[in-house]
Amino acid sequence: MSRDRAGPLDYARRWPLRLWVGAVMLFLYLPLASLVLFSFDASRRTIRWEGFTFDWYVRLAGDQALITAFVNSLTIAAMTTLVSVVLGAMAALALWRFRFPLRGAFDGAITLPIVVPEICMGVAMLVFFGTIAPWPRDLAWPFDLGAITIAHITFSFPFVTVVVRARLASFNRELEEAARDLGAGELRALRDVVLPHLRPALIAGALLAFTLSLDDFVITFFTAGPNTVTFPVKIYSMVRFSVTPEVNAASSVLMAITIILTLLGMKLQGTDMAGK
Amino acid sequence: MIARPRIEGGSSAAFWTVFAAPALWIVAFFVIPLSVIWAYSFGHTEGLTEVAVTGTLGNYARLSDPVYLWIFGKSLLFAGATTAICLLIGFPYALVMTFAAPRGKVLLLLAIMLPFWTNLLVRTYALMAVMRSEGWINQGLGLIGLGPFEMLHTNFAVVVGLVYVHLPFIVLPLFSTLDRLDRSLIEASLDLGAGHLTTIFRVVIPLVWPGVLSALLLCFIPALGSYLTPDLLGGPDSQMIASVIERQFKRANDWPFGAALSFVLMYLTLAAMAWRALTERRAAARVAA
Repeated sequence: MSRDRAGPLDYARRWPLRLWVGAVMLFLYLPLASLVLFSFDASRRTIRWEGFTFDWYVRLAGDQALITAFVNSLTIAAMTTLVSVVLGAMAALALWRFRFPLRGAFDGAITLPIVVPEICMGVAMLVFFGTIAPWPRDLAWPFDLGAITIAHITFSFPFVTVVVRARLASFNRELEEAARDLGAGELRALRDVVLPHLRPALIAGALLAFTLSLDDFVITFFTAGPNTVTFPVKIYSMVRFSVTPEVNAASSVLMAITIILTLLGMKLQGTDMAGK
Repeated sequence: MIARPRIEGGSSAAFWTVFAAPALWIVAFFVIPLSVIWAYSFGHTEGLTEVAVTGTLGNYARLSDPVYLWIFGKSLLFAGATTAICLLIGFPYALVMTFAAPRGKVLLLLAIMLPFWTNLLVRTYALMAVMRSEGWINQGLGLIGLGPFEMLHTNFAVVVGLVYVHLPFIVLPLFSTLDRLDRSLIEASLDLGAGHLTTIFRVVIPLVWPGVLSALLLCFIPALGSYLTPDLLGGPDSQMIASVIERQFKRANDWPFGAALSFVLMYLTLAAMAWRALTERRAAARVAA
């Protein structure tokens, strides 16, 4: 049986290019795959496979400092998500709906956190929470996480705004006008007509904010005081010393959470696109 | 009477409801902190954490010190090499993605995005494990009687790490430009007897050139500001600007100089953004005309 001949533009079916894509895949995924693999390896030295074990994960679950860092990260991510979705949606609505003085400046200021180098934002937060508006020390949990959470919200909610704005572009304004004609007030129309349309974008934005917050290292590293440790910061201090199976296991956990959330987000957006 | 600012599109009550909170937030926790750093970059230290803003340009002038000039040059070199390698690796990938079937397109997109969403620290650590002298690259080389090579903690490792991290930054914008390209132009070129490589170099690349430039920029700017990759993969002589900035703020306690360094990065970022906006507007005008 012969396969039908590739058309002139079927670059995806030419073998040199296929080989190229395969090589890129290996480059991207081999390091990550071996990281996960060795988190199940019985040998301490993570060099040669010496049998399957869950030992490193069990050990992680018993590491109190690591658990604290993990709970901190999840708490920060949850708070960040909540506030980012609200702020992000508000900013998107303001930019979509209204013409106002300094609209361009507002748009720019909202977009800037997405492109500013992390290190710049990190040191800005360090100085801000260090001298300009010192975050009170020794607060009870979870209030000691306030400074980090504020920093995370600041770089997360602009991403929510981008996602929500993209969704708003497909909103049929006549629906809202119809609601208004039928007697709904401005806020009522917003709540009953616009918000339901935005739901997929709000969910996708929430997942995005959660992942961004959970993953952030650089900005947290600068904002965090010596006593508040997040999961990535903790992994960083472990990585600095050496390659150990515990770090492999901790990294695999973080990776699994991110991948699940990302796939969930893509799926939600995918079904949304299919529904249109 | 004071002229009230005009708000169009709805009642002003509704406007303030959605506008006030994000605007306040972005001013309080973004514009102000960055402005403080900007002001510090024109000041000098007095005492431990006191900074007197005097309007001096001395911090920027210190950049001409050969030590910092060298680090700056090296950062530009690393980021430049990273961008060039990313383009080389990423262009064929983006090309395949553009001409793949819809399902393949989604899979290829997912394949490039998943590592992108994986924690930066985790990815860097994965590379550390692979490239260290007991890592399996060296073990593999050992089997054929080579090595072990010291790869980890070298400049080579930094560039590999930067390429690993920044590949999506170039593939995604490249894909979005290639995807918009008029395919009949490629077909015409092939019909008229040009080979595939000639077509790519003489037809495709000139057509998508503005998009390529913009992709290069999107890769170059974040690569230039990288902190974690040189920190973990590099050796003592692989420092980039971000490491110097970190040192000024965390150890050397020279905030004004650190502020000036971070604002040099900011100026570059802003210039890149402005340039991109300009070229996009120009391209839009050309389409409209």
